[in-house]
Amino acid sequence: MDKLLQLFLSFFQVGLFSVGGGYAAIPLIQDQIVNVTGMMTLEEFTDLITIAEMTPGPISINSSTFVGTRLAGPFGAIVCTLGCILAPFIICLVMAYFYYKYRNFSGVQNVLGALRPATVALIGSAGASILVLALFQSKWAGIQLANFQWIEFVLFGVCLFLLRKYKISAIATILGSGAVGTVVYLLKDMVLR
Amino acid sequence: MEEEIRLAGAAQGEEPAQAAKAGYAGKSKREMLWTLFKSMFVLSACTFGGGFVIVSLMKKKYVDQLGWLGEDEMLDVTAITQSCPGPLPVNASVILGYRMCGILGSFVAVLGSILPPMIILSIISVFYNEFRTNHYIAIALKVMRAGVAAVICDVVINLAKNVCKTRRVLYIAMMVVAFVCAYFLNVSAMLIILVCLGIGLCDLCVNLWKKKEA
Repeated sequence: MDKLLQLFLSFFQVGLFSVGGGYAAIPLIQDQIVNVTGMMTLEEFTDLITIAEMTPGPISINSSTFVGTRLAGPFGAIVCTLGCILAPFIICLVMAYFYYKYRNFSGVQNVLGALRPATVALIGSAGASILVLALFQSKWAGIQLANFQWIEFVLFGVCLFLLRKYKISAIATILGSGAVGTVVYLLKDMVLR
Repeated sequence: MEEEIRLAGAAQGEEPAQAAKAGYAGKSKREMLWTLFKSMFVLSACTFGGGFVIVSLMKKKYVDQLGWLGEDEMLDVTAITQSCPGPLPVNASVILGYRMCGILGSFVAVLGSILPPMIILSIISVFYNEFRTNHYIAIALKVMRAGVAAVICDVVINLAKNVCKTRRVLYIAMMVVAFVCAYFLNVSAMLIILVCLGIGLCDLCVNLWKKKEA
């Protein structure tokens, strides 16, 4: 019981202080789980991050489920996840209440209007990071032309064309690109061998 | 100038309401909650990559497909979720759920968005070494990034077009500078939003002052 309470409190702090998306949460989780409570070794934690990045879903939910399951079974997973989302849930609910109460005032519109270009830029920046990672297997600063991935480039082009021209669904695009890409890679391996 | 802004504000205020009406006319609250849960579950199960991926998917689903929200509203919600602590997809579900069905909607939307990662991770944690070293999974995850990038690009092209349509040099310049700061200079998203909030407040003061002068 003590362990569950400790897990809950640790992840409550993670949820409360991770401002600015999933990657901000990783050092916090590491601090709580590895340094403060010593519930995991650094090696286990590195594995955890790899797995959390490979699977769908927000990284902090992934890691709280993973830590919870490994330390205290399925019930631990639920406790950690609840701890992680409790504070954000309440804060967002309050923000949503005020947003919908005041959003139609012209002054508020004026201020929110200035936030929209920034949000578009942030989404664009996330997209650019993933695109560069897909095409060059590295971050922007480490681009090498020799690493250019032709298969990903063609896939990206075809997906974008289909999305814009035929408005196919986003989920079909993501899953389809995964399936088609894997088959192409496997065929390439076979031919080269 | 002020008149224009007020008109624009009023138009923006009405637009989502109309769009939303078209989307859920004649639907009971129970059906809405079910649709909310179902769509959040599917989106969350297919979100590979960071939080902004799910924002792009939500925009396509709730703005373009279901017509539940206006595009401006979706951007506002994104800015709010980014300034609150916690995982972005969960925050966005809280606000969207609240918008559609009140507090109950928030619970349902959050449940939908956290269940898939919980189920998947619970299964994987049992045999995570096999999963981590599997060659085919590694390839599939690598190529999937191309598809994810295409989805975000598609959404960003539409959003950027609409920012340009406002014909306000200030907004277009802010978008470009914010992109350069976020992508090339690694400035944190939180800081960018705070600075733009400041610019928005200044803009408001200037407008009010101009109105007083006139």
